[in-house]
Amino acid sequence: MNDTSRPAVLARRLEVVRGGAPVLKELEFSVPRGTVTGLLGPSGCGKTTLMRAVVGAQARVTGRLDVLGEPAGSAALRHRLGYLTQAPSVYLDLTATQNLDYWAAVLGVGRADRSEHVRSVLADVDLTEHAGALAGRLSSGQRARVSLAVALLGAPELLVLDEPTVGLDPVLRRSLWDLFHRLAAERGATLLISSHVMDEADRCDRLMLMREGRVLAEGTPEELRARTGTDSVEHAFLHLVEADRKARTP
Amino acid sequence: MSVGRTLATARRVLRQLGHDRRTVALLLFVPLFLLTLLHYVFESDPRLFDRVGASLLGIFPLITMFLTTSIATLRERTTGTLERLMAMPLGKGDLIFGYALAFGAFAVLQAGLATAVGVWLLDLDLAGSPWLLLFMALLTALLGIALGLFVSAFAASEFQAVQFMPALIVPQILVCGLFAPRDTMQPALEYASNVLPMSYSVNAMTGVLNGTGIPDHFLRDVAVVVGMALGFLALAAVTLRRRTP
Repeated sequence: MNDTSRPAVLARRLEVVRGGAPVLKELEFSVPRGTVTGLLGPSGCGKTTLMRAVVGAQARVTGRLDVLGEPAGSAALRHRLGYLTQAPSVYLDLTATQNLDYWAAVLGVGRADRSEHVRSVLADVDLTEHAGALAGRLSSGQRARVSLAVALLGAPELLVLDEPTVGLDPVLRRSLWDLFHRLAAERGATLLISSHVMDEADRCDRLMLMREGRVLAEGTPEELRARTGTDSVEHAFLHLVEADRKARTP
Repeated sequence: MSVGRTLATARRVLRQLGHDRRTVALLLFVPLFLLTLLHYVFESDPRLFDRVGASLLGIFPLITMFLTTSIATLRERTTGTLERLMAMPLGKGDLIFGYALAFGAFAVLQAGLATAVGVWLLDLDLAGSPWLLLFMALLTALLGIALGLFVSAFAASEFQAVQFMPALIVPQILVCGLFAPRDTMQPALEYASNVLPMSYSVNAMTGVLNGTGIPDHFLRDVAVVVGMALGFLALAAVTLRRRTP
């Protein structure tokens, strides 16, 4: 189960159909354990669908998709994953603490440890001051962090975070990226993080560049820049899109 | 199914209600207001108030619980919390029975208050025991919760969810025997009312009104209402999907 040499996520000929049209097309990729992997691409390229497939929320998935050594969506995985949906999924009519207390109970965190665990997770996302505030009264950035805190509960082995830093101020963004790396380094957690902002690419150990339901390239930011002979991930992405279009138009 | 997770869900739903004082007040006091109104509407015919009032003690909680549960679970679907729960180790039954437990506890309060006010303040004249009436009101509320949980799966918006009330509940009120004895209706309607759960609930409540002791068919009526409620709760659990398109 804890075989760290096997990738955290492995996809072979992965396809997803939504509304009759393929959204993910023959994806092949792997996410190594203990890394912070960025899933980059423009809005609508299939990032969210891919993340939903990994956590087992997406219907009509064909091909192979292994998560932590089990087929995606297995009941055994539900304890081992942390999932942040793109829109903040918390109860607006509960306080931050009450939200986390419930989600922790669902994850099976014992009553005795729960309040301490909730406190530490709230501190991780810098919300200690707002612990007693109703989620519905928080600013959108604070609410997004309550939602992120839910994904951190229960020390998951794999964190699937859909745009966790959108709309946050730069200082907070940096502290969250530090947190993500700390989780990977100290706990050996694997993080799969999507973003449509290319300037976050250099904060990742590895990148997957997606466009129109396909993975254009994967590797470390340095590898991608070197392979394309460019000086930024954004330019590397443009270069890859251009090369891909040439390859596909005879 | 896990008892811990079911109870945690019930506590969470009650905590949500606890932050919404206005909804709580409306749920508790609107039935009292309507019952009082009815008392004065039928001022010259107290016997008619007894008959309609006794049945309404069950129908009010059914309507309010139906609406609250269907909107609450619809919100769970549209805000993404359901998707998140389904990715976690929460059983579908844990969620459904958690909701049933929370709103059921609330229905105890609502029906208890309405029955007490009806019997003691508004002179609702019962031949049978008010406890039996309350018991039946609670089962009817449970039926409303189960129906609400079930239909929320078929509503894409709050607008649609609210429309299920006139579509599914009002016809049952019309044919349940409250407006006209069921055996005097057009035979097709009588047959229809035979398979609708509210007919059994109203039959039992009318029985408590008219006779001392346990009324005829009371156990049959209880069994039908409980069976239908459990059946719809099970169907509601089936409509929850871990994977969605």
